[in-house]
Amino acid sequence: MIEVENIHKSFGDAHILKGVSTTFEDGKTNLVIGQSGSGKTVFLKCLLGLFEPEEGNICYNGQFYSELSGDQRRDLRQEMGMVFQGSALFDSMTVEGNVMFPLNMFTNQSKGEMQDRVDFVLERVNLIDAHKKFPSEISGGMQKRVAIARAIVMNPKYLFCDEPNSGLDPKTAILIDNLIQEITKEYNITTVINTHDMNSVMEIGEKIIFLKDGYKEWEGTNKEIFKTDNEAVTNFVYSSELFKKVRQMYIEERN
Amino acid sequence: MVKCTSILLFLWPQVYFWCMKYLEAIGKYFIMIWEVFKKPTKWPVMRSLILKEIDELIFGSLGIIIFISFFIGGVVTIQTALNLNNPLIPKSLIGFATRQSVILEFAPTFTSIIMAGKVGSYITSSIGTMKVTEQIDALEVMGVNSVNYLVFPKIIAMLAYPFAVAIAMYVGILGGWIAGAFGGYAPSGEFIKGLQLDFIPFHITYSFIKTVVFAFIIATIPSFHGLYMKGGALEVGKASTTAFVWTSVVIIITNYILTQLMLG
Repeated sequence: MIEVENIHKSFGDAHILKGVSTTFEDGKTNLVIGQSGSGKTVFLKCLLGLFEPEEGNICYNGQFYSELSGDQRRDLRQEMGMVFQGSALFDSMTVEGNVMFPLNMFTNQSKGEMQDRVDFVLERVNLIDAHKKFPSEISGGMQKRVAIARAIVMNPKYLFCDEPNSGLDPKTAILIDNLIQEITKEYNITTVINTHDMNSVMEIGEKIIFLKDGYKEWEGTNKEIFKTDNEAVTNFVYSSELFKKVRQMYIEERN
Repeated sequence: MVKCTSILLFLWPQVYFWCMKYLEAIGKYFIMIWEVFKKPTKWPVMRSLILKEIDELIFGSLGIIIFISFFIGGVVTIQTALNLNNPLIPKSLIGFATRQSVILEFAPTFTSIIMAGKVGSYITSSIGTMKVTEQIDALEVMGVNSVNYLVFPKIIAMLAYPFAVAIAMYVGILGGWIAGAFGGYAPSGEFIKGLQLDFIPFHITYSFIKTVVFAFIIATIPSFHGLYMKGGALEVGKASTTAFVWTSVVIIITNYILTQLMLG
């Protein structure tokens, strides 16, 4: 569980996060949504420990990040997995090398044990025959799967995804969403996803936080987002005609 | 006087801005150097990284180093010979001048400027591309000290650079001898006699000390420009150019200081 208490973050004169508080529970896919420039990426980087908030606290299963020593912070980071927007695979390494990298760096497992673990996670993300390929030789969807495999290879307690669907076709995007949700449930991980994709919001948004201008504007589930009267949320989520009609139908059906 | 004061007042904020910018960059560079030696990467991983970097940075540069040294040695011999017209000056001086020029300056300094271009731009562009594609963020998120992982193996690999410079010295003198003997500028015997004339072993030590310092500069300044660059693909190219300029400037200034300290 991650508890965020009133965090503030600024860069020079620009006040990006203005007192965001929330709780992300284990085994749930938590989505952070908002317009570009609303502070989503800064919020995620604060959760990852890449940025330190000026005010407020972030608590990981009872451990306050600000109270941890340098070594404890590095240990905590080894319990985190991250899927970057552009996958961020090491392009000089094969798929297998990328997934094996964290094991190589932080465990004393034998070659055979590492290979077994890599085979297992690659199979789990439905990548069976791409072991020896380089990231440039596989599709965007496959790169995302490799990034997910690399993120979960160390059995993380926390999984962070920055726009995991960007640049993917709708079908692959749904597959990636479902994969992240399955993994979250299977390993009881606390998953936080930054997204713009409304399909993801509707499909896997067990908890949704809407950020606007650095404030938490709204919080709820994918069921509640249909009913909300919050104008900022409805303007953002239902900006397309299709989603407006879907919402209208949902409300009419309920009435 | 009034005009001069107003120009100074106009320029002062710009000068102040540029001074602060460079001081900040110098400060960040030394913080990076400190970070390089903190939280080391596991030795088996680091060992393979070091071997890979020796292959990329040193062995990969030997061809160009040998090619340039050979012809530079030849040119030094020809130019020295053409400027020694007086029949009272012995031809052996051509060999002597070639040896001194190659050992003291051309092999360590000229080769280092070439390496700043070849190796430096490779280091900046490879680290810069990793930065742009969030690979460095990925390392940090995993809990890896990215500065140690990326820069330390390059520093250690560049410790092999004096061997490349030793080859440059040998090939440079060989190029001079071939140009002198076969071009008819200096008889082979006279040239070799000049090579052995007044040899001071400390000059070799001085040259290798310079080379080790230049190796550190070539490994770290381009890494700094790659690690702290901002922007996209275009900025990677700009960072490589900036890295080459600053590496060359620092090599030339350091060359002056070391020469003054050791030979002055």
